[in-house]
Amino acid sequence: MPEPNQDVIRRSGELASSLAAVLPKGAVLDREDQRRVYESDGLTAYRQMPLMVALPETTDQVSKVLTICASFGAKVVPRGAGTSLSGGALPLADGVLLGMSRFNRILDVDYANRCVVAQPGVTNLAISDAVADRGFYYAPDPSSQIACTIGGNVAENAGGVHCLKYGLTTNNIQGLEMVLMDGQVMRLGGRHLDQSGYDLLGVMAGSEGLLAVITEITVRILPKPQTAQALLVGFDTVQAAGNCVAAIIAGGIIPGGMELMDGPAIRAAEAYAGAGYPTDAQALLIVEVDGTGEEVKVLAERVSGIAADHGASTIRASASDQERVTFWAGRKAAFPAVGRISPDYYCMDGTIPRARLAQVLSQIAVMSERYGLGVANVFHAGDGNLHPLILYDANNPGELDRAEQFGADILRLCVAMGGVLTGEHGVGVEKRDLMGEVFTEQDLAQQQRLKCAFDPDGALNPGKVFPTLHRCAELGRVHVHGGKTRFPELPRL
Amino acid sequence: MTEIFAPPDSNQVAEAVSQAVSAGTTLDLRGGGSKVAYGRPMDTDAILDVSALSGIDLYEPEELVITVGAATPMAEVQSVLAEANQHLAFEPPNYGHVLGHGVGSATIGGIIACNLSGPRRICAGAARDHVLGIAAISGRGDAFKSGGRVVKNVTGYDLSKLMAGSMGTLGVMTEVTLKTLPRPTQTRTVLILGIDAETGLKVLEQTAGSQAEATGLAFLPKLQSERSAVPVISEADSVTAMRLEGAGDSVADRAMVLAVQHKDAKVQILDHEDSLTYWAEIRDCTLMPTSGALWRISVPPASAAQLAGRLAVDCDPEILFDWAGGLMWVAMKDDDPCEGLVRDALDSLSGHATLVRATESIRRTIPVFQPQSDPLAELSARIKEAFDPQGILNPGRMVAGQ
Repeated sequence: MPEPNQDVIRRSGELASSLAAVLPKGAVLDREDQRRVYESDGLTAYRQMPLMVALPETTDQVSKVLTICASFGAKVVPRGAGTSLSGGALPLADGVLLGMSRFNRILDVDYANRCVVAQPGVTNLAISDAVADRGFYYAPDPSSQIACTIGGNVAENAGGVHCLKYGLTTNNIQGLEMVLMDGQVMRLGGRHLDQSGYDLLGVMAGSEGLLAVITEITVRILPKPQTAQALLVGFDTVQAAGNCVAAIIAGGIIPGGMELMDGPAIRAAEAYAGAGYPTDAQALLIVEVDGTGEEVKVLAERVSGIAADHGASTIRASASDQERVTFWAGRKAAFPAVGRISPDYYCMDGTIPRARLAQVLSQIAVMSERYGLGVANVFHAGDGNLHPLILYDANNPGELDRAEQFGADILRLCVAMGGVLTGEHGVGVEKRDLMGEVFTEQDLAQQQRLKCAFDPDGALNPGKVFPTLHRCAELGRVHVHGGKTRFPELPRL
Repeated sequence: MTEIFAPPDSNQVAEAVSQAVSAGTTLDLRGGGSKVAYGRPMDTDAILDVSALSGIDLYEPEELVITVGAATPMAEVQSVLAEANQHLAFEPPNYGHVLGHGVGSATIGGIIACNLSGPRRICAGAARDHVLGIAAISGRGDAFKSGGRVVKNVTGYDLSKLMAGSMGTLGVMTEVTLKTLPRPTQTRTVLILGIDAETGLKVLEQTAGSQAEATGLAFLPKLQSERSAVPVISEADSVTAMRLEGAGDSVADRAMVLAVQHKDAKVQILDHEDSLTYWAEIRDCTLMPTSGALWRISVPPASAAQLAGRLAVDCDPEILFDWAGGLMWVAMKDDDPCEGLVRDALDSLSGHATLVRATESIRRTIPVFQPQSDPLAELSARIKEAFDPQGILNPGRMVAGQ
């Protein structure tokens, strides 16, 4: 992490009173017991007490807080519900933690334009709940949807189990209001489709709190599909399940959700949730098809046929919506279920081309032997997003380090297979030092130049995403080659 | 005479841009050249012709991914995908009819750079939603990449989205990786004939919010519908059209269900072939006139009727409504774009208007794209500078002086 600025720490009393002057009573927390609550996010292996916590309630207050922080040279770490699994909201010793929990209102539900305007601290599930009575929902559904906020979803470009058909957060937002580090407020997009000018909505999605503070979000809502049916399909090998996934897609079917679990994950989930999973299977596919009644009937039959052709050992179709929900209950509880069979687990988040699944899982099994740590795998098969859960015990000296090395090896393997470091959890502090596996120095420099356009002093959430921070002035230099024609071989017409 | 650089590969593109940086040469980026009349006119020192960056580098239908050279012709991409019963779901349009160019020279890079999407935009997303990764040369002459070949990816900033819609002002795209999807095998269109625009737009709004899963929702007044090659359309006083697509016989059943819901109106169902013809006409804007100022306006769908009413009072344009009203094609009677009225009307709504067609002198004097608020315009200028500090790539194409 960047070296703490001692001057800011020395002046923290002065900073706290400046912030208190523009915020409601009790909205600046600087006592140790108050700050302790914020010392880590969902990645609990990393902890750091923030210098202080500010809890604004309005866009104007956010703007003032950022302006004041900028004038003190203080860093700012935005935070939603703190469910990040990559340390995206890890505080800084010399930074103000900007808690957005008080931005907790849905501002407008607009059925005519099929969108909802919400403040960033509203939970993901609360949006779907708010429009459920009219038969609408918000599509991205990360497993943490009961707790995670829509602002955090934008920052991490959150996904869920329905991404292949319905897209990620970036494909489901239409507008934002945001505040730059210099206090300027601006709006992007709105209740219409597409924005004019540069696609800054696309840039903000997945920017991990490094570019601007989001204060309002317009999301698109969809009518719930008329019906949905889930199929539970067991296989004797992961390879067979992987081939079945490829065949479903090659057959022109895009399921609403398609999840794969390996043997250890199946057995942990079944012991925990009692969803009726075949515990003797080595791989389990949950395939959900949705749409109009006519369409679902046809698709479910076709998926069953493909599964049978690929040697499925069991095929069960949900007979009711209640049973469909039960099928999902095991998968949605996979993380806590694994938590029950191991004192600690470390959740990874690589994405790979689907066809490489069997190969990747067999190499993970080899690594598991080598590191002496167990692993259970759950896989968003539709979109190639793999979550290996590495089992360890933090009380055993050295096991956390081994788990982290094992995790890094898995991510390197994902990249080598044509995939990426993170599908939906973000880079944060966790995968920061692996960015060089994916990007060249030149790629990273260009990304940082974009950061400079938003935040030239590098004050917003520094220490995340980028392994090395360059000063903006240094990145801004242009190398001009003295006007000489360096490339005489270049064809000129 | 304007100098033309025509590098044969992406390394040479990087060298050409580096050389332009050194010499301070401004560049007009060209792929197929089908959109030279789109955007603000430019006065550049040279043309950077990247048409050699063409060809399919990778296509894996089971992985739903294709990687192509940025200047690969759209027609080539589409025919390769069609062989595997796939397509680009955002329904890339070809505006040759209204931009006055021959059909067929559009490239994938041009479509992405302009972020243009067809009628299926309402459910499948825009062009930018289908870009998984890009490789490009910045205005510094540096090669950079972003994204990858997988759908789910938050590894670093999404520069691919930034490149989409940036009209070649931030970098020279050399390679594009796109998400492909299965192509629907059956299409039907439920038509309601002869109702007025306000009633038609209400029907579209209701359908968009229903479980019908319509993939196209358009309203055409008589002036547009009578230009259609589909007889039942060309004979109608107005057409409210709802498209259903899917994988088999169920599509025809769904069309019947939807038609029965409107049995009190004058309802028809277009078969597969006629549906393809008709939606291509809407997608490619071929039902609009070939002369006079032409706007493409994105508005909240529920505001479309109100905006149309305001424009009718002073300018009396022809208007075609796509995206359930969210996209309005507005054709003026002559070269006068009625700019003041269009922008004023949009000020009170959210949305943006692009002057797709106007004389060169008009496009030089008034903003072609929606003017932005000051803070946003300043941020955009800093982003331009971050990618192209010398301002050599398509200068002034989007915003004057930038």
